[in-house]
Amino acid sequence: MSTPLALPEEFADLAQFEDWALETWRERYEKRLASTVEEMQALYDAITPRIEEVLSYCDRHDLAELPDEVRNLMFLLFSLCEASLPVEIWRQPRVPDSGAADLTMVAEPRL
Amino acid sequence: MAHFPKPAEGSWTQHYPGLGTGPISYRDSFDPDYWQQEIDSIFTKEWLCVGRVEQLSRVGSYFTKEFEWANRSLVIVKDQGETIRAFHNICRHRGNKLVWHDYPGEETSGYCRQFSCKYHAWRYALDGSLVFVQQEEEFFDLDKENLGLVSVACDVWEGFIFVNLDPQPSQTLTEALGDLATGLAGYPYGEMTQRYSVTSKINSNWKLFIDAFVEFYHAPILHQQQSTSEEGQKLAAVGFEGLHYELFSPHSMVSSWGGMAPPADPRMVKPMENFLRSGLFGPWDKPAVVDNNENLPPLVNPSGHRAWGIDSFLLWPNFMILIWETGWYLTYSYWPDSPNSHTFESSLYFVPPETSSQRVAQEYAFSVFKEFALQDANTLEATQSMIETGVVDTFVLNDQEVLCRHHHAAAREQVAGGRRPDSYPWMPAEVSA
Repeated sequence: MSTPLALPEEFADLAQFEDWALETWRERYEKRLASTVEEMQALYDAITPRIEEVLSYCDRHDLAELPDEVRNLMFLLFSLCEASLPVEIWRQPRVPDSGAADLTMVAEPRL
Repeated sequence: MAHFPKPAEGSWTQHYPGLGTGPISYRDSFDPDYWQQEIDSIFTKEWLCVGRVEQLSRVGSYFTKEFEWANRSLVIVKDQGETIRAFHNICRHRGNKLVWHDYPGEETSGYCRQFSCKYHAWRYALDGSLVFVQQEEEFFDLDKENLGLVSVACDVWEGFIFVNLDPQPSQTLTEALGDLATGLAGYPYGEMTQRYSVTSKINSNWKLFIDAFVEFYHAPILHQQQSTSEEGQKLAAVGFEGLHYELFSPHSMVSSWGGMAPPADPRMVKPMENFLRSGLFGPWDKPAVVDNNENLPPLVNPSGHRAWGIDSFLLWPNFMILIWETGWYLTYSYWPDSPNSHTFESSLYFVPPETSSQRVAQEYAFSVFKEFALQDANTLEATQSMIETGVVDTFVLNDQEVLCRHHHAAAREQVAGGRRPDSYPWMPAEVSA
C-alpha cells in the first residue's frame, strides 16, 4: 500500500486529493483540463469552507523553509486557484472559445 | 455620455489631428510585402526589449534570443566587468551556432566561464574576444584580435535589456524612449523579481495583439463571464472609457480605472477573490515598496483619478509595460514571425512574497490573468482569418481605440515615410503619427 500524501494532521483528509499536489503550473493546468467540473468542485468544496484556517496554518511557517507537509498543502492551494476558474465561472474545464490557444511557461517561481 | 473628461477637441482622437477619424485598412496586417517592410524598417532598426537584468544574475549568466523573422540569433551575457553585452550567436571559425542546447532553434539560458563552440572548441571570453583556437598553428595568418564575436548594440534602461540589430543605431536607447525614459523611471521594477513568464505562438499579425491590449473597449464584452453575472452585465451595459490617452509618438499610453482591488462590495467579485484577496488586478494588499503609490513615475496615473487601476505603455515598436495600482507590473512582447503569425511573450512581476498567503494570492493573479490571455489569443486568429478574406476592406475605429489607430499609423509612417507609396494603394494618402 502506498503512503498517503504527507499533510498536516488537521488537514489529513485532503490526502484524497493527492493527484492535485503538483509542483508546476503546467502539471496543474493539464490536470485541470483532464478533470471534470464535478471533480474540481469536490476539491473546491473540500478546501474553500476552511480556506482561512488553511492559509493561517501555512502562514505560521517560514515560506523559504516549508516542511514537506505544508508544501503539499500549498500545492493543493495552487491547484485550487487553477480549478476554481472552471468551478466558479466556466462550468467546463477549458476556457470557452480558447480553441487551440495555449501557453508555455518559460519561468515560474518554485516553492 | 462621457463619464471621464475628454480633451477640448471633443475626443482623444481629434486631440491628435494627424490621425484622422476615418475608417482604416487592415491590409497592413496581412500583406506579406508590407510585413517585410516592417521588418526592414522597424524591427531591424529599433531598440527591442529582450529581458530583465535579473535574468543575468551573475558574471557568466547568459540567455539566447532567436529572431527568426530577421534570421538572427543573439546571445546576451553579463561579462567579467558586469557589463551586459549582446553578440550574434555565431562562431567566427566556420559559422556554427555558438550557444544552443539539444535543438539549435530553441532559446536557452545558463551560466559559463567562456563560450566554447561545440564544433571545434574555439573559445570566446564573456566580452566576446577570441581566447582559444584548437590547433592554432594549422591556420594561416590568423588574426585573433579581429575574430571576436560580432557584437550587437545593447543597453539597459531601468533594468530592462534592449538590443538593436542595426549595426549603427540612429538613436541611443534613451533618445529612442524619448519622454518615457524619464517619465517611467524610478518605479521599483528591480524589487519585483518574482516572475511568471509565458509564451505562445499566435496565428495573427503582431499588430493585432497590440490592438487588443491598447484598448479596453473589448474587456466588458469578451471577458464578461469572468465577472459575476450581475457585475458582468452591469459592466457590459456601461462599456469602457479610458481615464487618459497620450501619444509620445511612436510610443503611447492608456490609463484605465479599476475599482475591483478590493471591490467596494464583496459580491462584485468571485468567491475565490474574496478568499485570497487577489484577482486579475493582482493581490489586493500592496507591497510596502510601492509606498502606497505616493511616488509613482511622472507619467503614471496622469489624471490622478481616485479610481485609477492600471496604465499600459506601448514602448515602440513591440514592448508593453503595464503598471497596476495594486503594486506590480506586467510586460508583453510581440515578435513578428510571419505576416499572419507572431510569438507572444508575457511576464508578471511581483515583489517576492513574505508569507504563504501572499504567495497563493500571486499564484491566483497569474491563474486569472492567463484565462484572459487565452481568450484574447484565440480571438485574434478569428480576426486574422477574416480580414485576410478581403471581403471587407476598411474598418471603423472609435475614440477608445485611438491607440490602435495610432500604432498602425506609426508603423505606416516608418515604413512609408509619411507618404503613400504606389505599392500600397490601400493606405490613406496622408499618414501622420
